[in-house]
Amino acid sequence: MTPPVLRISGLRKQFSGVEVLKGIDLEVHVGETVAILGSSGSGKSTLLRCVNCLEVPSGGSIWLGDELMGYRQESGGTVRRLTESQIAVQRRKVGMVFQNFNLFPHWTVLQNIADGPRSILKLSKAEAIERSMTLLTRVGLADRANAYPRQLSGGQQQRVAIARALALEPAVLLFDEPTSALDPENVGEVTDVMAALAASGATMLVVTHELGFARAAADRVVFMDGGVILEQGTPTEVFDYSQEPRTREFMRKTLV
Amino acid sequence: MATLPSSQTDIELPATQQPVDVARARSPRRPATWVLSIITVVVAVQLLHLLLTNPNFEWDVVAQYLNSETVLQGVVMTLFLTVTAMTIGLVLGGILAVCRLSDNALLRALASSYIWFFRGTPQLVQLIFWFNIGLLVPVLSIGIPFGPTFASIESNTLVTPLLAAIVGLGLHDAAYQAEIYRAGLISVDEGQLEAAKALGMKPVRVFFRIQLPQAMRFIVPPTFNSIIALVKGTSLVSVIGGAELLFSVKEIYSQTYQTVPLLIVASIWYLFITTVLNGVQFFIERHYGRGSSRNGASSLVVRFLDRRAAERNLNRGMES
Repeated sequence: MTPPVLRISGLRKQFSGVEVLKGIDLEVHVGETVAILGSSGSGKSTLLRCVNCLEVPSGGSIWLGDELMGYRQESGGTVRRLTESQIAVQRRKVGMVFQNFNLFPHWTVLQNIADGPRSILKLSKAEAIERSMTLLTRVGLADRANAYPRQLSGGQQQRVAIARALALEPAVLLFDEPTSALDPENVGEVTDVMAALAASGATMLVVTHELGFARAAADRVVFMDGGVILEQGTPTEVFDYSQEPRTREFMRKTLV
Repeated sequence: MATLPSSQTDIELPATQQPVDVARARSPRRPATWVLSIITVVVAVQLLHLLLTNPNFEWDVVAQYLNSETVLQGVVMTLFLTVTAMTIGLVLGGILAVCRLSDNALLRALASSYIWFFRGTPQLVQLIFWFNIGLLVPVLSIGIPFGPTFASIESNTLVTPLLAAIVGLGLHDAAYQAEIYRAGLISVDEGQLEAAKALGMKPVRVFFRIQLPQAMRFIVPPTFNSIIALVKGTSLVSVIGGAELLFSVKEIYSQTYQTVPLLIVASIWYLFITTVLNGVQFFIERHYGRGSSRNGASSLVVRFLDRRAAERNLNRGMES
């Protein structure tokens, strides 16, 4: 197996004294799609947000390749927190798709996608537009390039958000409940794009309540409960042959 | 006549089943609206009659002084004071707002104290205070603190009515403007900032490209409120002898005793300036309203302008 592109060790996080993550160990390998399941409050979203430093961990470490996310090791063993600008540079290797899309409403669809390649990767305007249009075609929205986000349906906005995250060619893609804010009829168009992405070899960490997607598209399923990883394995192992009563209860309640 | 069986209310069925189409229905009668319209017209005609026939307005005097040199100089001074004080207010207010929202406790405390002081004392008191700064600090000097001085100047020489007016109006305006900016900045959804950060944007870029443009929709209306207040607030400067619009007309009517017509002259100019500002506000709001609604704009004028813009874009696209 390839070495892990993302290595989370002993990750802890407290919010005003309440321990939300109680020591998480998780490795994600190149090309792997990992689905994180669990009831609300189990810490899945917090785990994801720690990976790209939207939350500051209380302990443990997150390695993306050979980089320690959010920190720097100085000679003599001191660990020093990076500035926001330095963290911004690290974040360029991690793409994120949010529950509420968070497209920039004052920019058109094309501007939303092309801004990153243009201003961060310093591509020429023509290259940035070309890359954006390729991605829009891939998510099936090339004809909406000049629309503003509020003129699109939720499912369309989320597909644009995926294209925006892909535009920076990140090493890892994070999905934070990408279909939870959608009408049921729009969920399929988003999970289809995500499944195609997973099949094309993207490295993905997906927090989701869509068990169908997790079973079909994930290489590995992680079940979290109360701030710890209760178990992980292939979809079949976790969905069908779980020995953990908590997992079985969750599956039973969610699948009904 | 048949009735529906019902446990609650019996509903009468129509006696005949004539087909009815509501497409050509008329508007409901609104007698109150008619009465109100007639009253409005009567009052308006009365007001107009008063304006035209009451000799005390002395419209000939108004016409005589509207473009007189003294009045025009006053207008220019009022505009100059407005623009300079507004510039100080917009720039310093922006810096104060960023400081108040900063992670640095010292910057936050400094900005809060500034706003507390300059918002908490009357503008007129501040103007008179700056004009009399010489009483507090007779000599202003540049040098090393508690060490040698390189240059010094007497406060009364430096602080003219004009400088006192610019400083007084500008510093006061900055305190209000800072809060307007802050209100706009904190109204931007946290998710927008997170999305920008997640894309790897650095803090300065997140601020100028994502947060500020979205905040502008909430910043522009109250800012024009305060600019218009500033235009009228410049009239306070007449108290310390700044030769702005009110001072100019006062100078004339103190000699001719034509108080009413000259106050009308001043009012006409103030209304003219604020009307122009209203127009500017309209276009700025339209600019920052991009993408804010599903259907674009609402008002008739905006829809007309948007259609024109869309046609222009289309033409440009076809040329290239």
